[in-house]
Amino acid sequence: MVATDVTEARVWELLEEVLDPEVPVLSILDLGIVRGVQVAGEQVTVHITPTYSGCPAMNTIATDIRLRLLAEGITQVTIHNQLSPAWTTDWMTPAGREKLEAYGIAPPVDGTATGHMLNLFGQDTAVRCPNCKSDNTRLVSQFGSTACKASYQCNDCHEPFDYFKCH
Amino acid sequence: MLLLMQAAPSESATLASYPAEVRQLLFHYVLQLADTSLILGHRLSEWCGHGPILEQDLAMANIALDLLGETRSLYQYAAELEGKGRTEDDLAYLRAAVEYRNPLLVEQPNGDFAHTIVRQFLFDNFHYPFLQQLKSSPDERLAGIAEKAVKEAAYHLKWSSEWIIRLGDGTPESRQRVEKAIASLWRYATELTTPTATEKALQEAGIIPDYAALQPAMAAHVAHVLQEATLPTPAASTFALAGGKEGRHSEHLGYILTELQYVQRAYPGLTW
Repeated sequence: MVATDVTEARVWELLEEVLDPEVPVLSILDLGIVRGVQVAGEQVTVHITPTYSGCPAMNTIATDIRLRLLAEGITQVTIHNQLSPAWTTDWMTPAGREKLEAYGIAPPVDGTATGHMLNLFGQDTAVRCPNCKSDNTRLVSQFGSTACKASYQCNDCHEPFDYFKCH
Repeated sequence: MLLLMQAAPSESATLASYPAEVRQLLFHYVLQLADTSLILGHRLSEWCGHGPILEQDLAMANIALDLLGETRSLYQYAAELEGKGRTEDDLAYLRAAVEYRNPLLVEQPNGDFAHTIVRQFLFDNFHYPFLQQLKSSPDERLAGIAEKAVKEAAYHLKWSSEWIIRLGDGTPESRQRVEKAIASLWRYATELTTPTATEKALQEAGIIPDYAALQPAMAAHVAHVLQEATLPTPAASTFALAGGKEGRHSEHLGYILTELQYVQRAYPGLTW
């Protein structure tokens, strides 16, 4: 099967079905890492940007994009890895943030991506506990289970949780 | 680790426009940056499974991964600048110690946790303001890599600064250990901001930041952190050790490369 009538809109629909391998409730569109799609005849180019320089999921995401497009008969795919402008958590969609919280990961607090990172011993901002929704939480470590997360704990329900840290 | 990525990096508009000699200088310089991140990242990864507590074990593995990510972008660019068909993997796995261009600081052994923290703090205190300036480089690729890495470097500097304070203003044992580490490692910091001939030429060409301009912010941050840590400021006249950026390394680098390059040396051309 060879797709001859592929459109940009169709490619975007297919990309909505490609999930972040590390947070499989988020599509790569929710995450905001797809920066552009171009279709020229049968040639499809997808521009993606890494969340973190060393994100090990980028190889898997590139492969998953190819596989999803291939399943629709789209064989000529170029995946362009774009560093600039650098990804920021502000690009995560509102739908993505809701899915993240429902999954048990506190979403990045809006607009703090350029906050005072060198505020020693300070935390970014009030992070809401995804379990009991309390704002009374504390930072355990800026570094968590993956490059994109920090470790937090709720002072009210005592649940430890991941926070998708601002970037 | 340095798997071939299917996604092709973008060809910078400026890459083709460089005269051959600038391109050569830039190749050596980008290698120096890549080697620096690779070797420090490797050192930090040696802590994996040995950290003092789980959260800090994870922190060091995370920082190692950030540095390795930066390393890959830099080696990919270096390979393109060289234009001789070598890949990022060739550059990391198939060069000898004398061809490595990392400053001596980053190849120093981990020692105890305080030693690792002081080494990291000295590096981060250069890396973060350096990347902030590199973001404005007219070289699009370097600017793009810096724009990405600087956000990560901010977290690193915050982490190592806080640990200097905790250790210095902690228990008599932690204070004694961090003082010992400072006495041992401070002498390696000067090399970071002392330009080689290659760096001078690129600074004069306006492609990379002037390190002298970074010094006031670096000195201010060190003074602030040491004061919070109740630690004395080390004497500026400490005997400086340098040479790594020109290939003159301590014996430690050879041991790192023996381990890091083992698989490619034992099974040439092996791919994942």
